[in-house]
Amino acid sequence: MRVALMATCLGDLIFPDVPRATVRLLDRLGVQVEFPMGQTCCGQPFVNTGYVDEALPAVRAYADAFSGFDAVVIPSGSCAGSVRHQHSLAARRSGDPALEAAVAAYAPKAYELSEFLVDVLGVTDVGASFPHTVAYHPTCHSLRMLGLGDRPRRLLEAVRGLELVDLPHALECCGFGGTFALKNADTSVAMGLDKARDVVASGAQVLVAGDSSCLMHIGGLLSRQHSTVRVMHLAEVLASGDGAGS
Amino acid sequence: MSATFLGMPPFPTAARTALANEQLRSNLRHATGTIRAKRAVVVAEVDDWEDLRTAGAAVKDAALRHLDEHLVVLEQALTARGATVHWARDAAEACAVVADVARAHGVDEVVKVKSMATQEIGLNEFLADRGIAAWETDLAELIVQLGGDLPSHILVPAIHRNRAEIRDIFRQRMGAAGRPAPVDLTDDPGDLAGAARLHLREKFLRARVAVSGANFAVADTGTLVVVESEGNGRMCLTLPEVLVTVVGIEKVVPTWSDLDVFFQLLPRSSTGERMNPYTSTWSGVTQGDGPQEVHVVLLDNGRTRALADPVGRQALRCIRCSACLNVCPVYERVGGHAYGSVYPGPIGAILNPLLRGVGSDPQTDSLPYASSLCGACLEVCPVKIDIPSVLVDLRRQVVDAHRRQRVPTPEATVMRAAAWAFGDARRLSLGERLAGLGAPASRWLGPLVPRWSSSRDMPTVPRESFRRWWRRERAEGGRS
Repeated sequence: MRVALMATCLGDLIFPDVPRATVRLLDRLGVQVEFPMGQTCCGQPFVNTGYVDEALPAVRAYADAFSGFDAVVIPSGSCAGSVRHQHSLAARRSGDPALEAAVAAYAPKAYELSEFLVDVLGVTDVGASFPHTVAYHPTCHSLRMLGLGDRPRRLLEAVRGLELVDLPHALECCGFGGTFALKNADTSVAMGLDKARDVVASGAQVLVAGDSSCLMHIGGLLSRQHSTVRVMHLAEVLASGDGAGS
Repeated sequence: MSATFLGMPPFPTAARTALANEQLRSNLRHATGTIRAKRAVVVAEVDDWEDLRTAGAAVKDAALRHLDEHLVVLEQALTARGATVHWARDAAEACAVVADVARAHGVDEVVKVKSMATQEIGLNEFLADRGIAAWETDLAELIVQLGGDLPSHILVPAIHRNRAEIRDIFRQRMGAAGRPAPVDLTDDPGDLAGAARLHLREKFLRARVAVSGANFAVADTGTLVVVESEGNGRMCLTLPEVLVTVVGIEKVVPTWSDLDVFFQLLPRSSTGERMNPYTSTWSGVTQGDGPQEVHVVLLDNGRTRALADPVGRQALRCIRCSACLNVCPVYERVGGHAYGSVYPGPIGAILNPLLRGVGSDPQTDSLPYASSLCGACLEVCPVKIDIPSVLVDLRRQVVDAHRRQRVPTPEATVMRAAAWAFGDARRLSLGERLAGLGAPASRWLGPLVPRWSSSRDMPTVPRESFRRWWRRERAEGGRS
C-alpha cells in the first residue's frame, strides 16, 4: 500500500509540528509514508468563500501530487472533507473530464488521520503516553461532514496516562469557519469565547482536536486570556511518549 | 408601530450591534436552549425519524417537480368549492388583493392568523397606509406588533423579549390598540396570556374580515391547512364573514394523504410537541358554517426564481419549523434581526438570496456568509435541506456576480493571488522565503490582521516549514 501524507497548507507553513507528529506516529505503526512535494492546499478556503475558479489550481495540484496513492492521510477533518466532498464541485465547473475522473478516483482514498488509524490500520491503541487531563473538541467537519463518530475518542482513551474529561456543549461550533473568522469576526469571536469558557470549565489542561484551524482560533482566544490551557492536535498527542506505551 | 427591515445594514454590521446587547444574548441563549432540548427529546422517541425526514423531502420534491400542474389542480378544486383564487406575481400584487377585499367590505380592520407569507410581503404596512388596521392575534406576533418591533424568529417572533419586557409592552401599549392591560399586570406567563386573551377576544368578535397564511395547500381536494398552538387561528378562520389566505406557491402538496408525514415532522421539529394543538383545514366555502366569502392568493414573489436554481430549489421544501434557527450557533448569538428579514437564521440565509437574487444588494449578498458552515442545521432539518451546500453555492453566485467588475474587490485580489500561489508548490516555497520565516503570521495576512487579532493571539510562523524539514530529514540523506 502506497501511503501519502497531505500536510495541509496550515500544517506545512504555520503548524509543522502537526505533520511531523503524523509522520512520527505512522513510522511507529510501520507505515512508510511519502510526502509528494507538489502538494499545496486542499482549496477549501476558496470554495467556501465562493471562489470556485480560484480553487482549481489547488485541486489540480492535489490531483497531480496524490493520484495513484492507495491512501492519503490528512491530519485535518476539514481538509479531508474538502477533498472528499468539494473537489468534485470544482472539477465539474472546470469542464475538464480528465480532472473530474481523477477526482472521482482519488476522493474516496482521502482519509482523516483517525479514520486512517481506526479503519485502514485497524488500531486504536497506538502506544502513546500522555499524562495529562484532556478535553476533546470534535470539530464540525469531522463530526458532520465526515461522520468520524467516536474514532478520535477511542484513540485518546487508549493513550497511557491520559484522562479524558467532558467538554460542555462539545458538539457546538467554535466559530472559526474559515474566512467566516475574518468576514464575520465579531460573531466568530463571540462563538469562540463561549467555547473557550467551556474549555476552561472542563478542567482540562489540554484541549485536543483534529483540526489545526479550529485550534488556532480557540488557542488564540485562550492565549489572549492568559489561560494555562494549551491546545494540541490529535496527531501530537498520539505521537507522544516513546511509542511503547510509556 | 410599523417597523421595517428595509435599509438594514449587511449582516456583519447588524451582528456587531446585536452582539453588544447582553440582554438579547441571554434571552436567546435561554430560549433556544429550551426549545432545542425539547425537540431532541421528542425526536428521539420516534424510531423511524430518519425515514420520515426522507419521506418529507421526497413528497416536497415531487410536488415541486410538477408544481405548475399541482397549482392548476388546486385552483380548479378551490374554485369548484366556492373560493376565489388570485395569482400574485409579487408582494405588491398580493397586498393589493387583500386591500381590495377589505375595501369592498368597507372595513377598517382585519384580524390576522400568524403568517410568514403576509410578513414577507409587508401586508400590515401596506394596509396601514390605506387606513386599514391589521391586528396580529398570535401572542408573540401581538407582542411584536404592540412593541413596534420586528419579528426575530419564524416560530417565536418575540424570542428576543423576556417576560418583564413583555409586561411593560402590554402595560404601555395595549390601551392604544383596544382593551388595555390591567394596571397591576405581573410578568407571570399566565397573567400575560390572560391579558392578551381578553384584549384579543374583542377583536375576534368584532372583525368581519380575517387574513391568514397556510402551512399546506392540498391540490386535489382544494384544502388549506393552518397549524397553530393557541386557538387564535381557529377563531380567525371561523368567526369572520370573509377570509383571505395568502399562500406561497411552494406550499402545495398533491394529495390529502401527503399531509401525514408533515403532521409528524412539523410539531416535533418546531415546538417540540408530539402533536399539533390546533389543526384547521377548510376547502372553499361551507354553507352556513364559517366564512361565506373565501379568497386565496397564490403568491410567487421570487419562488419561481428559487425553483429555477438547481442547488437552491431544495429550500422550497421548507415547512417553516425553525429547528435550524434553534440549533444555529450564529443565530443563538446574534438573534434574528441581524438577518434583516422575516426569515432569519440558516433558512433565511439561503431563502432571502434565493427569493431576491444576488449581486445587486449588499445586505442580501452578505447573508450566505452569515454561517460558519458547521452543519448543525442540516442535521435537524425535517425535510433534509442541505443548507451548508446551498450556502456555499450562493457564495459562488455572489462571487460570480461580481467577476465582471472592472475594479476587483480587495478580497478577490487576495483570492486570485492565493490561487496563483497554491497552483504550484514552487511558488508557495518562494512566497515562504519572501515572507520570512520566524515572523508573526501577521506579516502574511496584511490588512486582515486586525480582524483576527483584536481578540485572538496570532500564531508565530515557525523557522522551518514542514516541507523544508522533510527535505532536510527525509528526501536528502534522510531515511526515505
